[in-house]
Amino acid sequence: MTLFRNSVRDWNTARWRGVILQGLGLGICAVALWWLARNTASNLDQRGISVGFEFLRQPANFAIGEAWVRYSPDDTLARAILVGLANTAIVSVLGWMLATVFGFVVGLLRLSRNPVLDGLLRGAVDFVRNIPLLLLLLFLAATMHSLPSPRNALEPVSGVILSDRGLILAYPGLTTLHAVLALVLVGTLLLRTRLGRRGWWVVAGAAGALAVALSIVPPSWRSPHLEGFNFVGGVTFSPEFAALLFALVLHHGAHISEVVRGAVLAVPQRQWDAAAALGLSRFQATRLVVLPQAIRAMVPLLANNCVSLTKNSSLAVAIGFPDVVSVLNTTANQTGHAVETMLIMILVYLALSLAVAAALNSYNRRILRHGVAG
Amino acid sequence: MTGAAAVRSPGLRERLQAFGGRAFASPGNAMVTVVLGVVTLVAAVPVVRWALVTATWTGTAEDCRAGAGACWAFVGAKLQFMVFGLYPPDAQWRALLATVLLMSLVVMSALPRFWSRWLIAGWAMGIAAALWLMGGGLGLPSVPTRMWGGLPVTLALTAIGLALGFPIGVLMAFGRQSRRPLLRAASATMVEGIRGIPLIAVLYVAALVFPLALPSGLQVDKLILAQVAVALFAAAYLGEAVRSGLQMIPKRQREAAFALGFTWWRSMRLVILPQALRVVLPSLVSIAVGFFQDTSLVVVIGLFDLLNTTRLAAQDPDWLGFHTEAYVFAALLYFAGSSSITRYGRWLEGRLRVRGASAIGS
Repeated sequence: MTLFRNSVRDWNTARWRGVILQGLGLGICAVALWWLARNTASNLDQRGISVGFEFLRQPANFAIGEAWVRYSPDDTLARAILVGLANTAIVSVLGWMLATVFGFVVGLLRLSRNPVLDGLLRGAVDFVRNIPLLLLLLFLAATMHSLPSPRNALEPVSGVILSDRGLILAYPGLTTLHAVLALVLVGTLLLRTRLGRRGWWVVAGAAGALAVALSIVPPSWRSPHLEGFNFVGGVTFSPEFAALLFALVLHHGAHISEVVRGAVLAVPQRQWDAAAALGLSRFQATRLVVLPQAIRAMVPLLANNCVSLTKNSSLAVAIGFPDVVSVLNTTANQTGHAVETMLIMILVYLALSLAVAAALNSYNRRILRHGVAG
Repeated sequence: MTGAAAVRSPGLRERLQAFGGRAFASPGNAMVTVVLGVVTLVAAVPVVRWALVTATWTGTAEDCRAGAGACWAFVGAKLQFMVFGLYPPDAQWRALLATVLLMSLVVMSALPRFWSRWLIAGWAMGIAAALWLMGGGLGLPSVPTRMWGGLPVTLALTAIGLALGFPIGVLMAFGRQSRRPLLRAASATMVEGIRGIPLIAVLYVAALVFPLALPSGLQVDKLILAQVAVALFAAAYLGEAVRSGLQMIPKRQREAAFALGFTWWRSMRLVILPQALRVVLPSLVSIAVGFFQDTSLVVVIGLFDLLNTTRLAAQDPDWLGFHTEAYVFAALLYFAGSSSITRYGRWLEGRLRVRGASAIGS
């Protein structure tokens, strides 16, 4: 029976059907793409736009309000896009760090046995999670712009100044020596477990050295002061930047807190019991037994949250913060090269997503090979 | 666990006692409770005073500026604009009717007792009727889509986006599990490509690039482009969730279905998919909540959804300075929508779990 089928009705076997159907599908897709591409080419031709990335060398001719890279409107469009990329990178990296810290603090506090603490935090987290990020962003941007002028600026904490010009922070003017010692301290903290029993002594030594250096050469605070109509000194974050950063940190911090809480609750109760039986306090049990296990479950979710924070930073375009999407959109509107600019936008974000996915895969493989500690 | 009495929910008194027991369990705990209680009270009093006691409920912007509290008069004056956008005021009953129609379709689809083939027919007819009400024709004066706005647009983008996106997502999930390499590659490229970029980029491609790829002279409405774009976006995320559910169903289930003589489609529809969907229901619900909120991003291509009309109302020069009230109003609407989806998801999960458990038990 099988023999008969294979020899005579060869074309109807599943395998051949698959090949033919897929071939047809591929053909249809190819024709559709060719048709779309031909339309695009003829449409662009009618408007006198030549396809290609040559236009990136033209001068940009538009100002960018906030540039952490040196930029003027005479610079090329490529440089303008680079400014946008830098802005996206800065707001995303700051956002990741603050949102992760915020999310961990809230998530761990929610595990408290105190019902008032848990209830208040749950209400706040639920509220933030149930409204659109864009609503939060628009509200914060409008609020930042309706703050008083620099002359009547708010100063909730000394060194933190809020006005309609944005958020201004005082910062300690540190020497290179301070910075190097601080880096050494962070390094010893990270490598403490590798240093064995003497670990804490090395950390204490590094901390002591930093303390001595700080007492000999105290940091000079660069505090902002009013000069004319605006502040001089300090680090200034524009109202848009501050609103975007706050909104991203609140929204993603709320989501991360749920991730943290869920991961800790997923650690079996017997782990807590075992830690208690060994005489560990609740804090010690959390830090030494439960969190290391919970973090392994969190890592993929935290990494995805970081990627979605970066993608959500593109909401900047709605409040006029010049991130990469906003600059590319301006470029598309001014030059008509919509296809190329959107291609750049897609490639930037795809590259980030794929890089994080690759990193996560290698992390998962390492976990599978070595277990938690590896 | 022998009857209703054993699982009856505790009364208010018992719950208060349990609360007190936990809130004052130890000296440290009691201190935290007291400090937090005082801080909450100190913070809540000015908020309540602003929102209720000193608020201005009716009148003009001048009355509001004279008062110290919230200006709810502003929300009242701008309510029509925030809910219906630029839709002609004398035809707003049509937009209201279309909104009610869409809402009742959503509610009906949510209740398991209406799950049948008729529901699909109901959706087709309901959407056709809503489009007719909104757009006009056949006796009603026509209203172009650029005048549509507010709640109907947000609801339509969400409901139609999910209704279109879900089947596409399921097909993509099937595609990624297929034995056919080209089909697998095509589905994977679609899903990962869309999931890898922000929704804003998807919307820009739909609104700026896609019209360029059509023959010159042919124009597609921006609202339709946005609707298709958000549906594809939802499909990619839903499809990924469904795929993870399909992976969790043991292979023996499919083998059993084949052994009973089921075709591939029947085994998927009757055996695999119901189990897979039940497993991933929580993530489907959270995707739906996120999607409802994300439809607000259509503001970047110039559509007037609920959030955009709120933003424009807050920028009205006659009522400057009352943006907080406008955003509080919109936040309450979004909060009500999102949290009802979440609650519904939990209810459905419980119901399906009970069903599933009893089916296995019997």
